[in-house]
Amino acid sequence: MRDGRKTDARWQRAQGAMTKRQRAWRNRILVALALFVVAMVLDESGALTALFGTPGDVYAAFVIFLVPYLVSGYDVLALAFKGIIHGEAFDEHLLMSIATIGAFALVLFPDAGPHMAEGAAVMLFYQVGELFQSYAVGKSRKSIAAMMDIAPDYANVMRDGRLTQVDPDELAVGDEFVVKPGERIPLDGVVVKGSSQVDTAALTGESVPRQAAVNDEVISGCVNMTGVLTVRATKPFGESTVSRILELVENASDKKARTESFITRFARVYTPAVTGLAVLLAVIPPLLFGGSWSDWIFRGLTFLVVSCPCALVISVPLSFFGGIGGSSRIGVLIKGGNYLEALARVDTVVFDKTGTLTNGTFSVVAVHPSEGVADERGVAYDADRVLALAAHAEAFSDHPIAGSVRDAYAAGGDGARKIDDARVTDVHEQGGHGVRALVSEPSADGLTSASRAVLVGNDKLMAENGIDCTPCELTGTILHVAHDGRYIGHIVIADVVKEDAAEAIRRLHEAGVTKTVMLTGDREEVAAAVAKRLGIDEYHAQLLPQDKVAQVERLLADEAARGTDRHGQARHKLAFVGDGINDAPVLMRADVGIAMGVMGSAAAIEAADVVLMDDKPSKIAAAIRVARKTMGIVWQNIVFALGVKLLILVLAAIGLASMWMAVFGDVGVAVLAILNAMRCMNVKKMAR
Amino acid sequence: MHKVIKLDGDICANCASKIEDQIKKIDGVENVRVNAMTLKFTLDADDDKFDDILDESVRIFGKIEPSCEVLV
Repeated sequence: MRDGRKTDARWQRAQGAMTKRQRAWRNRILVALALFVVAMVLDESGALTALFGTPGDVYAAFVIFLVPYLVSGYDVLALAFKGIIHGEAFDEHLLMSIATIGAFALVLFPDAGPHMAEGAAVMLFYQVGELFQSYAVGKSRKSIAAMMDIAPDYANVMRDGRLTQVDPDELAVGDEFVVKPGERIPLDGVVVKGSSQVDTAALTGESVPRQAAVNDEVISGCVNMTGVLTVRATKPFGESTVSRILELVENASDKKARTESFITRFARVYTPAVTGLAVLLAVIPPLLFGGSWSDWIFRGLTFLVVSCPCALVISVPLSFFGGIGGSSRIGVLIKGGNYLEALARVDTVVFDKTGTLTNGTFSVVAVHPSEGVADERGVAYDADRVLALAAHAEAFSDHPIAGSVRDAYAAGGDGARKIDDARVTDVHEQGGHGVRALVSEPSADGLTSASRAVLVGNDKLMAENGIDCTPCELTGTILHVAHDGRYIGHIVIADVVKEDAAEAIRRLHEAGVTKTVMLTGDREEVAAAVAKRLGIDEYHAQLLPQDKVAQVERLLADEAARGTDRHGQARHKLAFVGDGINDAPVLMRADVGIAMGVMGSAAAIEAADVVLMDDKPSKIAAAIRVARKTMGIVWQNIVFALGVKLLILVLAAIGLASMWMAVFGDVGVAVLAILNAMRCMNVKKMAR
Repeated sequence: MHKVIKLDGDICANCASKIEDQIKKIDGVENVRVNAMTLKFTLDADDDKFDDILDESVRIFGKIEPSCEVLV
C-alpha cells in the first residue's frame, strides 16, 4: 500500500504544468532552434561561400545544419534505431528519420539543390509539435482529472479520543466517521449525530443544499456545508457512490466509439500506405520515365513527413475523453464513447412517464367540496372537512392513494395533524371501488359527534349507494366523498408533473429531437392530459411492463425503416429514459438507455448507458447537445486533418510542396486539432 | 489477479492499442487495457504467472513506446 501511495505522488507530479522531462525537452529544442538560426544566417548571408568557396560551402553547410539536427533529433534517431531492432518498422520515429536523413543525403546528388536546412527544420518542428502535443494532452488530462476530482482524500475517525485522518479505504461498513463543515463526505452512510446541509454540486453539477439530520442517508462526494456530522458507513469506499462514479467515468474511455476505433484502424493502414506511395513516387518516375532521381526522391521524402497520423490519433480520443469528463461535471455520466456517439444521433426520445416527467408520487392536487351542502346541524362542508373525513375513512388502507390522502391531511392545518384511529370504526374496503367506514367528528362543544357513514371512492361506489356525484374537470384519479348519505365533494389525486418537464421536452425539440414518446401504465385520460400539457408528440397509456418493451421494439423498427448505415444499423437512434426502477429490460433494449435521478442507486447505474445524477429531465437535452458538440468537433478534426494531409500529399506528388510546407502542415494540423479537441470539455453552458 | 498500474509520459492511442494487442498474446492474460487518456494500464491475468506477465508487459511497453514509463 505504501508503495502504491508513492507511485501515486509520482503520478500526481507527472500531471503537473510541465514535467521535468518536458522542460528538458523544451530547452533542448530552444538550443537547437538557436543553432539552426545561426546556421541559416551563415548560409544565407554567403559567409560560408566566402570562407570555403564553391563547392566547399555545401559541405560546410551540411556540417553546420547537422549540429541543430542532431541536438533536436538524436533521441528520435535512437528510437528509430531501436524500432528497427525490435522489428517495429513503421513507427513515426523511423519515418521521420528517413525523411530527414534523406534530405541531408541529397547533398550526394550534385544536380539537386541543397536540402540540409529543410532536413534540420523538419526534425526541429517535428519535435516542437511533439512537445506541444505532450503538453496539451497532459494539460487536458489534468484538467479533466481536476474536474473529476470529487474523491475525498481522507476520513476523520475517533481513535483514542482524538480525531485522526485515515485513508477512506480503511473504513469498513458500520464504522463511524466525522465530517466537518467544508469537507467531502468520504463514504455513503447514515447520519448518527448532528445535522447539517450538504451540497450535491460535485455529483449533479448544481448546487442544491440538502438537509441532513439523524437517520438521513448521505452520499459520498457531497460537501458538508454547515454543521458537524457523524456518519455510520453503509458501504465500503470502493462501493460508495463517489468511487463508482469515478470508476465509471474513467472506464468510459475504454469503451471506444466506432469513430475512435475507425481512426485507430485507419492510422495502422495510413502510415504503411503513405510509406509505400513514397517509395513508388521516388522510384517509378525516374526508372520508367527518366525523371530526375534527386527530384523524385525529394518528393518521396516529403511524403514521409506527413505519414504520421498523430493529429487524428491524439485528437479523437481526447475529444471523447473531454466530452465525457465535461458532462460528468453537469451531472451527466456517459458510460463510453460509443454511447456518446449514439446519443449524438438520437432523434426519438421515449420516456417512461413515472419518475422522469412526473415525480412518481401520487398527491392530492385539489379538493372540491360541493357547494350548498350542509349536515343536519347546518354546518357546511369546506375543503378541509372533506379531506379530514376522507383521510379518516382511509385510515387503515394501504393503497397508495389512501396514503396520499392521509399525507395531504397531515400536511394541512398546522402541519402536524394526526389521524385519530379511535374515531374510525366498521371499515369495509369495497373491491377496488373505494372504502366505507363509520367516522365520528369532533364538534364545536368539544364532544365527539356520533359516527356517520363515510364513503370514499370512484363513481361506481357512489352509484352502488345511490348517491349522485358531479364529474370533475381536472384529470387524475377522482375520489368522491359522501357523508351520511350526502355527496359532499371530491378529491383529485394525480402524479405531479415535474417543474422542468415541459421545458425539457421543448429543449429536446430545439436540440433536434423529432419525436418524443411517453409510455405509461397510467390511464388514457391522465396520459393524454400530461402529453398535451408537456407538448409530447406521441403517448401510449395503460401499458404493462412487457408492453413497454414491445413499444420500444416497434419504435426501434421505425428507426431502422427510416434509413440504415452501412453496418445495417439505424442511422438515427432511440433513447429511452427511465427512473431506473423496474425498467432495466427497456433500458438495455434501447440504443441509449438513460436512467435518471439515481444518485446512490447502484442497480440503475449498472443498467443504463447514460446516467443522470439528479432528477431533472432537462438534463437529457443537455446530454444530447454535449454529444452533438463532441461529435461535431471529432468530425471537424477528421476532415480537417485528413484534408490538409491529402492536400500536402497531392502538392508533394506534383512537386509543388516543399518539406517546409509539409512539416508546418503536419505539426500545425496536430496543434489545431488538439486545441479544437480541448473545446469538448466546455460543457457548462450546455446545462443552461 | 486484477491490477491497475499508472503510466508516466506520453502514449498515443495508436501505440496503446498496439501494446494491448501484444500483451493479449501473452499466455495467461485474460484482459488488458492501456488507456492513453487516463494513463492507466489494467491487467487481468493468472495469479501464478502474474509477475512474469507483468515483466513481459513492461518490456513490450519499452519496445513500442519507450517514452512511456510503467510505474510498477
